Amino acid sequence: MQEKTEKQVVIVDGSRLVTEAMARAGAGAFIGYPITPANLLYQYSARRMPLFLPAPDEISAVQWMSGLAATGKLPVTATSFPGFALMLESLNMAFMMELPMVIVLVQRLGPATGTATCGAQGDLALLRGMISGGHQIPVLCGADFESAWRLSAEAVHVAARLRTPVVYLTSKEEMMTKKSFDLSLLDYITAAEIPVFSGEGTYRSYEPGENGIPSFLPVGNPAWQVRLNASTHDRDGILKHSTAEALGNTMRLEEKSRRHLGGYTHYEYDSQEGAEVLVISYGVTASAAREAVSGIRESGKKVSLLVPGTILPVPDEYYDMSEKYERVVVAEENINAQYARLLFGEKLPERIRTMGAVGRMITDGEIRKEVLT
Amino acid sequence: MSNILKKEELPYCRGCGHDLIARNTASALEQMEVAPEDVIVVTDIGCHGIIDGCLNTHTVHGLHGRSVAIGAGIAMGLEERGKKIIVFIGDGGSTIGLQHILEAARLNLDMTVVVHNNMLYGMTGGQTSGLTPCGFRTTTSSEGNPWTGYDLCALAYTSGAAFTSRITGTGNISGQLREAFETAGFSLTEVIEICPSYGVKLNPGRKLREIIEGSGRLPGRWVNERDPFVIKQERKTSDLLKDLDVIRVDHDNRLAGPVSIVISGSAGEGVQHSASILAAAAVRSGCHVIQKGSYPVTVGVGFSAAEVILSPQPVIFCGTDVPDVVVVTSGDGLSHCRNRIKAMRSGWVFADRSLDLPDTGAGVAIHDFRSVGARSACLLALFRTVADTGWISPEALHRTAVESGLPARMPVDRMMEMVKT
Ligand SMILES: Cc1ncc(C[n+]2csc(CCOP(=O)(O)OP(=O)(O)O)c2C)c(N)n1
Ligand code: SF4
Ligand SMILES: [Mg+2]
Repeated sequence: MQEKTEKQVVIVDGSRLVTEAMARAGAGAFIGYPITPANLLYQYSARRMPLFLPAPDEISAVQWMSGLAATGKLPVTATSFPGFALMLESLNMAFMMELPMVIVLVQRLGPATGTATCGAQGDLALLRGMISGGHQIPVLCGADFESAWRLSAEAVHVAARLRTPVVYLTSKEEMMTKKSFDLSLLDYITAAEIPVFSGEGTYRSYEPGENGIPSFLPVGNPAWQVRLNASTHDRDGILKHSTAEALGNTMRLEEKSRRHLGGYTHYEYDSQEGAEVLVISYGVTASAAREAVSGIRESGKKVSLLVPGTILPVPDEYYDMSEKYERVVVAEENINAQYARLLFGEKLPERIRTMGAVGRMITDGEIRKEVLT
Repeated sequence: MSNILKKEELPYCRGCGHDLIARNTASALEQMEVAPEDVIVVTDIGCHGIIDGCLNTHTVHGLHGRSVAIGAGIAMGLEERGKKIIVFIGDGGSTIGLQHILEAARLNLDMTVVVHNNMLYGMTGGQTSGLTPCGFRTTTSSEGNPWTGYDLCALAYTSGAAFTSRITGTGNISGQLREAFETAGFSLTEVIEICPSYGVKLNPGRKLREIIEGSGRLPGRWVNERDPFVIKQERKTSDLLKDLDVIRVDHDNRLAGPVSIVISGSAGEGVQHSASILAAAAVRSGCHVIQKGSYPVTVGVGFSAAEVILSPQPVIFCGTDVPDVVVVTSGDGLSHCRNRIKAMRSGWVFADRSLDLPDTGAGVAIHDFRSVGARSACLLALFRTVADTGWISPEALHRTAVESGLPARMPVDRMMEMVKT
């Protein structure tokens, strides 16, 4: 933690904080294609990132990022659903090749082009299913400026540590609305380092090592041959149809993000002794939930709040917490209870209440009402 | 035994043109005395792409059509010069990923693309591609392809490739490939070759040379004298937080709770800037502030609106349906917020005298805001707003405006005088 110095109040938007946080966390390049509401990240990155390259489209963006990652850089980008959709196949490639990168997904109202200037939380279901085979990439999500700062930097760290694409999930209002904010509240950020091959023994590009994560060497290095492969491959990185070694590699990818989940489980759990209702909310809606919870407590009623920062994979802790309550209210800015269903199943049990909105933000008043009925 | 090729036997069907390209690539590199560890071969998806396991170089095997783009990323990322990035792609891959070729050529990245043009999609069963010549038979055009193929070399050349060539895939082509590999900058060599399994079977008796001549896509070489793109490693960057003005509290506010002010005017009339001054003035008066802009995608015309929430305590933002104050300074601005004004049951509307306001439950204050000029009307209206509501002092607004360097562009002192009297 940074020493708490005197107040430094500024007026700032989330895009600026997230760009700066990722740069401090070691992001070495921003490759992007402009799209509202991710434009500010693009613009700030042009000034901030050691390397900034304008790609001609989002497929190129993730491909260039992958090439950069293959040489040892930590690339980041920012987009919204239409661009993210174009990136999907390439993100599967980066996942399979085990290349670190961060995609800031700034949600806006869909389907399709929807409304560029209207926020939403509608892309979670897509994120859960985005990798063919159902494998999981880590998805982190801040809920206010402080956690956006912390978790966007953490996204860069997780990407480097696990050698994987990571999504930092946010939405229009969080990235574009300016607020007065005290910069002295921000944590100190360290730069991430990609775990590099120690030099002992023989290097094989996909030899998992004890922690299930292959150590890295850049392509073009003079010591060892590097082979990256997006097709089913063995530990050498050579295409194999369905040998035990190659399928083992694919199964290791399934394990990887879960196995290390403890190392990047982030949430805010504000529990109140004797509370019977737990409110779960993330991202832009979490601020309204927080406000609702403090209002409810002021009126003498009890309520607890869980704000997940690690959205996916779902940490077990969320279930342990939820089980303690008679009723759980999940508030998110979509109309199909995406996170609620992801957590508790398609057919939601009676005790799980959901609330959503489309084309507007959920208010603290609405959450309060739902909790108190 | 080759030092680039790991195996004598390559995985292609007998007589496949891809085999010739792989062997000649290896011998070209050997002639150039390039070590395998200095070579990165990027392969596309297609028959030509199954070569990885036979190479002693670094190998990258990605997606169909995207090999040039990931190769471009590698070219951008490699800090050490002298590495050879060689992309193997098919005719199919080079049309699905055409943009990537044009872009790498335009940027003149230091890499070579070897197009294995066997005039059809080999791997998926011999279908027609975008480079299939007119009249050539494939499994999907038994009468012969009715269309002409792209002139890929012309596309690469006109996009800026330092070196482009089209060659016939027979005999010893190592010298021709070497010319591409030795180019500093982007080079593309299209090798026209034939797939025995589909191309030969479906076009019996046709000779490669005759097909090439009939296609109009003749062998040749095209050169653009250009320096390769080199990424600046020591780029100057600036800490985004250091750019921000730290605001110290030196005034009071008289707010009991949060209030929202909607400012609605015309593009180019300083709406967003004025909102920023109001927000900063509120912060120096000890308020918490949220500021949000909205404008049509065509930022230069139509309305421009901002919403500023001032609060004595920290606030969350849930969007303002019914604001406490609407400041409206132009016709565009009024059209944008007419419904919100109608919906108001209390609060205030500060409007320019030229505007025809709808019925509203809010108090209405009409002034000649535009008398100070269109670009200053919005700030004057905010002076009036703070003076009349008393939420923050006009002095705080004035000082913020002066410190932001505005007097050079706007009559800030006069505005202050106007609201005092
Ligand atoms: C996005 C995508 N679409 C389709 C395919 C299926 N596919 C694999 S290879 C190929 C065509 C290969 O043709 P070409 O690039 O000419 O290579 P060749 O097999 O002829 O060497 C296609 C369509 C794919 N892998 N990915
Ligand atoms: S199918 Fe055609 S292109 Fe593929 S390996 Fe066989 S001959 Fe070559
Ligand atoms: Mg082909």
